[in-house]
Amino acid sequence: MSVEMAELQKKNGIPPIQFGEEVTGAETLLRCLILEEVEYIFGYPGGAVLPIYDSLYGSYFKHILTRHEQGAIHAADGYARATGKPGVCIATSGPGATNLVTGIATAQMDSVPLVCITGNVAQSLIGTDAFQEANITGITIPITKHSYFVRDIRDLPRIVKEAFHIATTGRPGPVLIDIPKDVANEKAPFTYPDKVEIRGYRASLVPSDKEVQEFVKAVSEAKRPVILAGGGIIAAQAEKELRDFAEKTRIPVINTFMGLGGFPGTHELSLAMPGMHGNYTANQALLNADCVIGLGARFDDRITMGRTKEFAPKARIVHVDIDPAELGKNVDTAVTVAGDVKSTLAKAIPLAKACESEAWISQLKEWKEQYPYKYKKDGDVLKPQAVIELLYNSTDGEAIVTTDVGQHQMWTAQYYKFKHPRSFISSGGLGTMGFGFPAAIGAQIAHPDRTVISVVGDGGFQMTNQELAIVSQYNIPVKVAIVNNQCLGMVRQWQELFYDNRYSQIDLTCSPDFVKLAEAYGVKGLRAHTPEEAEAVWAEALAHDGPVVVDFRVAQEENVYPMVASGNTLDQMELGDD
Amino acid sequence: MQQHTISVLVNDQPGVLTRVATLFGQRGFNIDSITVGGTEEQGLSRMIISTGGDDRQINQLMKQLHKLIDVISVTNLSENPFVSRELALIKVTASPSQLAELNGIVEPFRAAIVDVGPSSLIVQVTGDTEKIDALLVLLQSYGVIELTRTGSVAMARSIVPVTAAATV
Repeated sequence: MSVEMAELQKKNGIPPIQFGEEVTGAETLLRCLILEEVEYIFGYPGGAVLPIYDSLYGSYFKHILTRHEQGAIHAADGYARATGKPGVCIATSGPGATNLVTGIATAQMDSVPLVCITGNVAQSLIGTDAFQEANITGITIPITKHSYFVRDIRDLPRIVKEAFHIATTGRPGPVLIDIPKDVANEKAPFTYPDKVEIRGYRASLVPSDKEVQEFVKAVSEAKRPVILAGGGIIAAQAEKELRDFAEKTRIPVINTFMGLGGFPGTHELSLAMPGMHGNYTANQALLNADCVIGLGARFDDRITMGRTKEFAPKARIVHVDIDPAELGKNVDTAVTVAGDVKSTLAKAIPLAKACESEAWISQLKEWKEQYPYKYKKDGDVLKPQAVIELLYNSTDGEAIVTTDVGQHQMWTAQYYKFKHPRSFISSGGLGTMGFGFPAAIGAQIAHPDRTVISVVGDGGFQMTNQELAIVSQYNIPVKVAIVNNQCLGMVRQWQELFYDNRYSQIDLTCSPDFVKLAEAYGVKGLRAHTPEEAEAVWAEALAHDGPVVVDFRVAQEENVYPMVASGNTLDQMELGDD
Repeated sequence: MQQHTISVLVNDQPGVLTRVATLFGQRGFNIDSITVGGTEEQGLSRMIISTGGDDRQINQLMKQLHKLIDVISVTNLSENPFVSRELALIKVTASPSQLAELNGIVEPFRAAIVDVGPSSLIVQVTGDTEKIDALLVLLQSYGVIELTRTGSVAMARSIVPVTAAATV
């Protein structure tokens, strides 16, 4: 055992690990997880992982027994997004493993570090269509950063070490380890490698001085520059460098949806979110900029609208990304830097100087004042935007907020001004309904002293609301805010705008009474119909020392604006009727 | 659309071919041919993949390939002079009496008749894709019963050493 590992065990109060001791594959796995400093495991047992669960019995690990494997992986994902540390989940073979698929794809699309451990049937049964057999490594090839099928217990320590390394380095992502039952039961002397050596894998990319100089030169020549800061800022922990760079160069910052919190939404240089439901100023900035600096952003089609030739038509595009495959993938670029955004900015800051951008900043400020996010207030009718404003004002923007997918997600992105990284947790790339609530559980476990709010729709919440059992069982004080418009709101909005009000299959009026549902799980439930009631019950929810579900009954026919309709370009924004 | 021959050095592990093939499908590329075999180094395999696309598409494909953990290096052989060979076995309708006539056809192609039956024979040919296509056209008139082709194996010519620096 290395000195570092021995110190780590001592520091964390972990029972000493005997190297060379003959142990099972299951015990080997758990020892490896200890050495990777894993504290929480989210999972669900089953036949093929019984050896692992037997080893877990009475062990050091804190295991969270979710009520569905999808809950486990989204919770592990929320934990990872809230901390930057890899989330770990376990599922059994066959259906247990396939229930992870949506969560794995969610993490892959948003570059979240996860290590997913699945059991499989014994190798003697592999390929026989045995009970609960599924080729999960094959199924997940397109949605993992990498996956392993363990054939020999002697490979297991190396594989676990590699899995954590791959999940957390470079562009983070999910890694799957599939362990057949015979390997979990087999015994071998315990070892753990000190180092990872994966030929051909480039874990980190520090840009050359020449690349950085070209980057700085391109930026400094701009008169109307704008930074497009993506999730890569948060993944690279480059918030300080971004702020220093933007302030020194006087370049306004647009946060992509995944980048919200990577630059304070309250900063004078912040232009908030662009794209389909972004604000007028951010989109105008992209349309009129002479230089767009993409930092850890992938020029997703919710920003370019898939009309890449018309996107930022007056701008040279400068792109920094740790994943070289993102450079030039979606938009034509003038300057590219294949590198870690944190080290790129750290190298660029001393070389950079202020751009001649004050006239541009004044113009943007004028637009910001003229075209803020706005909605029509309507007496006693509770508007969903008002709910988000209430959440923001009551927490001073300091909460961790998770969301599902749909209208409430966009309103949260618009009306909650995220100031800190890792405070907005939402499925951006895959758009996974049912993500928000279990993700909030993971975030709250990671940060027990912070306020964690899960903003969900009445549709998405019903996909994973069985995890109310978890918040009740472990007294996890997540505040669930259901933006309840009794329908699938975003689908309804599209049907109204593009399908001539033909509301096909969006009616959710026959949903459970969410207050009673919460109470059935032993969780406090509250309801509000008016702005006044909303303030009162939300104050009660925040004051309650435990989980709460608040059913905000909001106006049904409210739409998310601004909106750029699918197929249009950013200059074709609908600002709404007020 | 240009044709490209990509050389991909990979770990010799189960499932690597699936990963590569899946990537092509996932990213919307077509594989015209793919060959896999051992290399000068134990534990590594080399895939030779023929595919079509413009420069931007091929560049993107190579970058995506390189993201696979089991991929060691990716080289676009088409950017420099390279040697490409394919093997084909062609079963043709023919009686033994036609052997001399068919020999006369295959000989200029440096192909060979490797099996003769009562009503058919098998021609073996190696060479670049165009050469095999040309021979095939000539044999069509006899009636091609069965055809099997390996797809290209390829290598950069010696004047352009393939080094790590020359790869993505």
